[in-house]
Amino acid sequence: MDKIDLTGAVCPLPLSDNEQIVMGHGSGGKMSHDLITKIFLPAFDNPALSAGDDGAVLALPAGRLVLSVDSHVVFPLFFPGGDIGHLAVCGTVNDVAVMGATPLYLTAGFILEEGLPLETLRRVVESMKQAADEAGVKIVSGDTKVVERGKADGLFVSTTGVGILPEGREISGSRAKAGDVVILSGFMGDHGIAVLAARGELGFETAVQSDCAPLNHLIAAALAVSENIHVLRDPTRGGVATTLNEIAKQAGVCITLNELSLPVRPAVASTCEMLGFDPLYVANEGKVLVLVARADAEKVLAALRATKYGEDAVVIGEVSAAPQGRVLMKTAFGSTRVVDMLAGEMLPRIC
Amino acid sequence: MKYVTEFRDAELVGGVLEKIRQTVTRPWTMMEICGGQTHSIVRYGIDQLLPPEIELVHGPGCPVCVTPLEQIDRALAIAARPDVIFTSYGDMLRVPGSARDLFSVRASGGEVRVVYSPLDAVKIAQANPDKQVVFFAIGFETTAPANVMAVMQAKNLNLKNFSVLVSHVRVPPAMHAILGSPSNRVQGFLLAGHVNAVMGYHEYPPLLEKYQVPMAITGFEPLDLVQGIYETVRMLEAGRVEIVNAYARAVTFEGNQPAQKMINQVFMECDRAWRGIGVIPASGWCLRPEFDGFNAEKRFDVGDIVTKESPLCIAGQIMQGLKKPHDCSAFGKQCSPETPLGATMVSSEGACAAYYKYGR
Repeated sequence: MDKIDLTGAVCPLPLSDNEQIVMGHGSGGKMSHDLITKIFLPAFDNPALSAGDDGAVLALPAGRLVLSVDSHVVFPLFFPGGDIGHLAVCGTVNDVAVMGATPLYLTAGFILEEGLPLETLRRVVESMKQAADEAGVKIVSGDTKVVERGKADGLFVSTTGVGILPEGREISGSRAKAGDVVILSGFMGDHGIAVLAARGELGFETAVQSDCAPLNHLIAAALAVSENIHVLRDPTRGGVATTLNEIAKQAGVCITLNELSLPVRPAVASTCEMLGFDPLYVANEGKVLVLVARADAEKVLAALRATKYGEDAVVIGEVSAAPQGRVLMKTAFGSTRVVDMLAGEMLPRIC
Repeated sequence: MKYVTEFRDAELVGGVLEKIRQTVTRPWTMMEICGGQTHSIVRYGIDQLLPPEIELVHGPGCPVCVTPLEQIDRALAIAARPDVIFTSYGDMLRVPGSARDLFSVRASGGEVRVVYSPLDAVKIAQANPDKQVVFFAIGFETTAPANVMAVMQAKNLNLKNFSVLVSHVRVPPAMHAILGSPSNRVQGFLLAGHVNAVMGYHEYPPLLEKYQVPMAITGFEPLDLVQGIYETVRMLEAGRVEIVNAYARAVTFEGNQPAQKMINQVFMECDRAWRGIGVIPASGWCLRPEFDGFNAEKRFDVGDIVTKESPLCIAGQIMQGLKKPHDCSAFGKQCSPETPLGATMVSSEGACAAYYKYGR
């Protein structure tokens, strides 16, 4: 028998230092464990997560629990002013905060596409950590699944937020009342235009940055100066017009906007003009609508303007009793028109 | 924003509206040709600000609206083919054919892409040599230069995988059809300024002489629109029959002659069916035979597709100025932007969609 040559033999162990996501990262075995200990734990470090159990054990202050879930599938993953990780944290923090609650904890579920560079995941996770730190929330539980190449767009993130709502505070779209004024915390449409431009399909560039931001501190500042805030809502997909329509229908009131007071950056206005979009329907990720009794409007406006993300806050309209369920706009020329919900996807016009 | 904000100045608009009020002495009916103008009028509430004597009726100038149903069905059939990348202007995607729209073709696996310019469709064809790339070339004279440019470019590049599904229409024959109808109510026209920017207005004097209706070439911003209305009212009150250019910053008598020359190289006049109106002689443009290689109707066998409109829809009468969207029994009931029965409800430039969206 010939001598067996072992010099070229290799042991077929899984590659653990792979620089991209492979199916093994979702196996639940050693590679999954590596992903957790090398990427997620160092970033999100906190006792509830590091305990390594199947669920997080959390101490909660007094009050009522507020829960909200949101899934994020934005493309591209990175865009001027933010990325999918930042969005996933801010979006859920904001959904909890607009209930009047203090957001405390988040969970994060990741769906990763085979072939995703680990560096991309690291950047997204780092961005989530920064947003969570700014908001003052902890990411206490997570999950990772890997799907075959072509079955996801790189990376999807789903986050659930937990917050505490003090007894006696009631914030709801159904509480809008005649006599309330409508405050918007800043410029409309920045996120939608920034993401559209980042896709690069339309062949234009813009300096517009997404407004993606955690709004819990801004909202806390407003709630600290007024007990007469009736509605808080973040006008994300569908924009300010769609969100106000929801509120008008929920509360059975009429909301009238003043066209001249609507805050739109010149770059967003001109992009919308060119594409045939209306900034009222373009998404925001760092803005809140505040419906507050008229007597407290100035106080709330001043409190918002003193915060990092609220310095451009303005009154954009007011609430009246009728016609119920309608959003109207007083135009610059003194005429009035209806501002309806968006029907389906916003489409560029032919000419 | 230069060249836009100036033309939305409330004080200037108010001044022209005042002049209209001072000039008008009796009822007049005028038609704005273009759907973009209808949209602006309703969006800015200009119709509410006019004296009650002036009635605006909405013309047929929405290219999405007048594209016949069977042409849309042909587009859907082509778009559903696995070897095709179908490209279109955005607002064509939601227009229902007889069974579905381009969105649902995309949901079922067809490759449908929105482009802002037909030249982008040519680039897609260059980048995807193994696919047939088809552009849905619809529109009035306004979009024709870009559409013919795409065909010329594809020819120069010797592309074998690019074609256009043409459904082009022209304004003057539609005006002939409206003015020649025994039920015509239109006494004056606001001409579609962007069409005239390309074509000039040398085609319009024969219409003026034959039908004796004054016309004002009108732009799309609030100040342009009230200025066009004012010029038309002045002519009507004085009994003058002329063409006034109230959009001189964009329109000359001759128009854009290089563009017209290119259009004539690629397109020739043909009869065209208008959705809701019917066939208007010589009202369309189609590809000249030497461009047959770029004709999607010839490349894909879709010529035999024939379809029928919803019997409830009165889009044709609306586009001829005979009826208003409210006169339709289906308006806001069976027919809404979510479930449109006719194209005037689908396109943002359609009169029904504008009325619905802005709550008229």
